[in-house]
Amino acid sequence: MEEIYSGLLQALELIAARDPQVVEITFRSIFISLSSAFLAGIICIPLGGIIEFRQFWGKRALINLIQTFYSLPTVTVGLLVFLLISRSGPLGSLNLLFSPAGMIFGQAILVSPIMIGLTITALAGIGPQIRDTSKSLGATETQIIITVIKEARVAVMAAVLLGFGRALSEVGVAMMIGGNIRGYTRVLTTSIALETSMGNLELSMALGIILISISLAVNLLLNRFQGR
Amino acid sequence: MAFFEIRSLGKSYGKAEILKGIDLTVERGEILGLIGPTGSGKTTLLRLVNLLDDPSTGCILFDGREVSGRPEREKLAARRKMAMVFQKPVMFKASVEKNVSYGLRMRGRDDAKVVRERVKEALAAVGLSGYERRDANTLSGGEMQRIALSRALVLQPELLLLDEPTANLDPRSAASIDILLQSLAGGKTAVILATHNMPQCRNLADRVAVLQAGRITAQGKNEEIFNDKAEDQSGPLYSGICVPW
Repeated sequence: MEEIYSGLLQALELIAARDPQVVEITFRSIFISLSSAFLAGIICIPLGGIIEFRQFWGKRALINLIQTFYSLPTVTVGLLVFLLISRSGPLGSLNLLFSPAGMIFGQAILVSPIMIGLTITALAGIGPQIRDTSKSLGATETQIIITVIKEARVAVMAAVLLGFGRALSEVGVAMMIGGNIRGYTRVLTTSIALETSMGNLELSMALGIILISISLAVNLLLNRFQGR
Repeated sequence: MAFFEIRSLGKSYGKAEILKGIDLTVERGEILGLIGPTGSGKTTLLRLVNLLDDPSTGCILFDGREVSGRPEREKLAARRKMAMVFQKPVMFKASVEKNVSYGLRMRGRDDAKVVRERVKEALAAVGLSGYERRDANTLSGGEMQRIALSRALVLQPELLLLDEPTANLDPRSAASIDILLQSLAGGKTAVILATHNMPQCRNLADRVAVLQAGRITAQGKNEEIFNDKAEDQSGPLYSGICVPW
């Protein structure tokens, strides 16, 4: 117990002293997770809109499949992306393996089902009256989708924030695609795993406290958006 | 050739036949009163006219050209010549100005200054001058209805579709809307006014069509439908049909 207590104190000291290693890892984590949430957002929000607005065969099955992928194991996504971007893979020529860009790509794939699914739920909650009003006022199909997304902006923003939270806290993709290279692809989660295995509990705890703090901040922001 | 024409229009949902063999015409500057009880198919008919839904049978002609059953691009072009005010209007989560200017912005023809000016005029027409900056969703039901009307009028539509436009209004607001609609008579805009309010229909409509259980059961000039004899249960409005409302 005493070891945990002293480790916690040292961890807080590291944070208070703005330890360069801690600061660098924190900012890299935030940058990579924000980028992956942004990349997924610009693809998944319109895609969610198209799935919600279009009627097609197998729509219900597709939505069920997307919802099943919410809890997709991160190592499975890591493996899939590894196969895609490894030197012999179809995207091997892009040299994404063991790079921050590869991590962004992998995490964007990981959070896509959540973003698409929650966007569909958000848009379905708006109801047909807004679509009818927009359509009767002369909006094109694209303008209607944009209008409905704007109307559901709070719920759509919540989907993006949840995607960011999942990207920030995952370890499988970051480890398998980033490779945990010091000063290049090392992020909060992979650092915690490594430092714990090396016995540097105070550094692990410092990083853990930061990770929880960021998650808490995201949650507070989410509640604020939802007016709670 | 009528400005706007409906031929043998029908609409079914599954086995339920909502509208059957509807034939109607409307001329420019004319107000056509569409009266009928709740559930008679007035809203369904207006939705078909506005090309929001596709008819099951029949066709809709605008300026002599068929617009129903055409590709979406052609339907959009026709829809942009019309405007519809729903019975329970919804407001976008935005200011009154953004709501009223919505249709103009979707068309993207006018610059921001012209749009602001037209919004100002449209709000003045419904007695809501100075409401531009207010949040549309904080307004009363009656104010929302008037905003919805100004949102339609700002588009200067050739065909204006009104679904019970004064049903949620207090008598004073309803009277001001009636005066506004009267001012449209004889202009370029044709109006189809769906209502179950017979005095309103009698005061405003040039011609009247009676819709019952999805069929037009009587149609004619205002004075023919609402003649003195009608009130003696012998005019076209009452003869041979049941008027339950």
